[in-house]
Amino acid sequence: MHNLEWPYPVEWDQEETMRADVLVLGGGVAGCMAAIAAARDGQSVVLVEKGATKRSGAGGSGCDHWESAATNPCSRVSPEDLVRAYLADNDGYYNGISHYIECREGYDRLLDIEKMGGKIRDNEGEFAGADFRDEATKLLFAYDYSTRYTLRVWGTTFKPAMHAELLRLGVRVVDRVMVTSLLTDRGAVGGRCVGATGVNTRTGKFYIFSATASVLCMARPARVWLFSASLPGLCEFRPTQCIGDGHAMGWRVGAEFTMMEKSVRAEFSAAGSSYPPYGAGNNHNTWYPADLIDSRGKTIPYADRDGRILKTAAERFKPAPGQQFFLKGGAIDNPKYEIEGPETLSAEKMVEQGYKLPFYADLSQLPELERKVIWGMMVGQEGKTNVPIYQNYTEAGFDPERDVLQCYGTGWTSASFLPQERQLFGLPGGFVNDWRLRTSIEGLYVGGDSLFASDCYGHAAATGYYAGRHAAKEAKRLTSGEADPLQVAAERERVYAPLANGPSRGIGWKELNMGIAKTMRNYCGEPKLDELLSIGLARLGEYEEHVLPSTFAHNPHELTRLLEVFDILSVSQLILHACLARKTSSKPLCFTRGDSGEMDPPRDRRFITLKRGPGGPKVGSLALDYFGDLTEGYEAVNADYIGGGRHGR
Amino acid sequence: MVDKRIFTTGEMPAANPISFDTSKCIGCYNCLEACQVDVFVPGESRGRGKPPLALFPGECWYCGCCVMECPVEGAIRLRHPLMNQAHWVAKEKLFKD
Repeated sequence: MHNLEWPYPVEWDQEETMRADVLVLGGGVAGCMAAIAAARDGQSVVLVEKGATKRSGAGGSGCDHWESAATNPCSRVSPEDLVRAYLADNDGYYNGISHYIECREGYDRLLDIEKMGGKIRDNEGEFAGADFRDEATKLLFAYDYSTRYTLRVWGTTFKPAMHAELLRLGVRVVDRVMVTSLLTDRGAVGGRCVGATGVNTRTGKFYIFSATASVLCMARPARVWLFSASLPGLCEFRPTQCIGDGHAMGWRVGAEFTMMEKSVRAEFSAAGSSYPPYGAGNNHNTWYPADLIDSRGKTIPYADRDGRILKTAAERFKPAPGQQFFLKGGAIDNPKYEIEGPETLSAEKMVEQGYKLPFYADLSQLPELERKVIWGMMVGQEGKTNVPIYQNYTEAGFDPERDVLQCYGTGWTSASFLPQERQLFGLPGGFVNDWRLRTSIEGLYVGGDSLFASDCYGHAAATGYYAGRHAAKEAKRLTSGEADPLQVAAERERVYAPLANGPSRGIGWKELNMGIAKTMRNYCGEPKLDELLSIGLARLGEYEEHVLPSTFAHNPHELTRLLEVFDILSVSQLILHACLARKTSSKPLCFTRGDSGEMDPPRDRRFITLKRGPGGPKVGSLALDYFGDLTEGYEAVNADYIGGGRHGR
Repeated sequence: MVDKRIFTTGEMPAANPISFDTSKCIGCYNCLEACQVDVFVPGESRGRGKPPLALFPGECWYCGCCVMECPVEGAIRLRHPLMNQAHWVAKEKLFKD
């Protein structure tokens, strides 16, 4: 610890109240777009963000490609066909509503972002003549060049453009304030949402926000199983402070969740036993379709889904004979036959066939513009790779025409994780939503990673905007509620309690996070057993009762980190309850039961839902196709949007 | 013998992600304001050649926004910890070995 006097004013004892028609919680991609939509509709908007809205959120530093832009002028697939393909690929454990919104409105949001100053097309002709560039629109495509629904974009320009638009529209952006709780009508669990509370991460000042409608656009949970006390910022894929506060506060007020039993064996983490960092050599996602070569320089072939060897790079961008289109990108881990794109052999097969480790990603043999668009543009635009990979490696002498970058693990995920080292990744659980992106809590909407089965930038932008638009409609219709003074007082007491403790007897945020993560690895690893899950819950209950009261923080920054870990505790309890509620194994949910021999029996092919009630957790059920017909469901509540005014002023 | 006065106290960080070139830094604090994790705090004084202090280096998630928002090239650097620096090799060398 530096022996430094705290450099910000200390305002523990101060309080600020703000009122808005629409309150947006979280200033990442989804939150910014939600606030922009509500402000365009004439509503007064407050946006609260724990970090710095200009660059906050998982997409703050950039994004190399935009998925599922099915309505762009060059697309040869309909939003309906694309969502149906994703639904089938995930055996129905997928958010049909939110991804239909993504497929149907995602391209509208890209045009919005372009108007705000983001760069979405190659106006300068840098890639003129490339197979992936459309001459008329100057849009660049990725992966499946014949179907053209994924765009390559200059994502480092997006967040600053959104931030400027928020300010232009008069949105009150409150940075460096952690939202700590949702306020409900008369403080009741399950009651209508009337606002939220927050704490300034630098000064400790307390905030009370009241609003007619609220949009929660916060991160998916993280650091539940994985934690490194020395490198907490590298534990997970998404930003350090994106740890699932929204899930935790939603759970505490009785919102309904689903798919929270789903977790995957860890894939992305750059701390602990895992390796490598995001951005090392591979032939997936950003790097598709780099050649893979072995340690003797021998090229490992690509094949289509039928095993047909693809001799040229150009063939890697086409669907197989008889295939309508293939899916690639961030969310496609183990594609089914219908949508499977070109791929090299699996790592095990490659070793079996005599290819020698280690493997390297080789761009040198690709056509020049393909090489340039991967290394120059995509690695340069993707979040987290522009500076530490593209700039640093270039400066250190890496030349993609000459050098090859080592691959680690299998494909693009980290290797070396144990089965009990888990992560919420690849379409994890979240709030249950309807066609207006309302939660089960009246007045509370959700967008981005708060939604169940969420992923990627385009999904965040499209659902955030949509939730903001519908929240604005409700705000116009209703009158605002009043915060309950008792609920506010109880929250104030909760958040400041650690300040009464000192380090001599106290437990800091890192120790608590380590304790929770170890508990989850021990009792909620793989396979799942009722007895172990129940012990896990009991342990976390002990933490809640006996450990939380003796936690401490040196300053507001550490208090924020500690309150985050309180939220990790709430989320861990939610996950344990969800695991207890699913009694059989499920392949699409990556959920293995050690005390049941059944895998995906028809009776359990459903969304199991969970919410906190007055008498404890309440388990419910939703059919996998609860959203009904995609087009009808969407059009029933979006007539005004379809009728015009798609793009704001 | 080393002069004992050079010794200081404080826990060794697991990584040093951020470094400044004080001959280039203008003390604008754009890096501090851009960092969503709030890794930095203001230094004891502010101005040309006086960068903020990276007080919480372990919390850095290596997004690079501090560098992207810096108005002076080379004033701030971000570096992955050693264990996360990927290896590369000239392709030609693979055939020779």
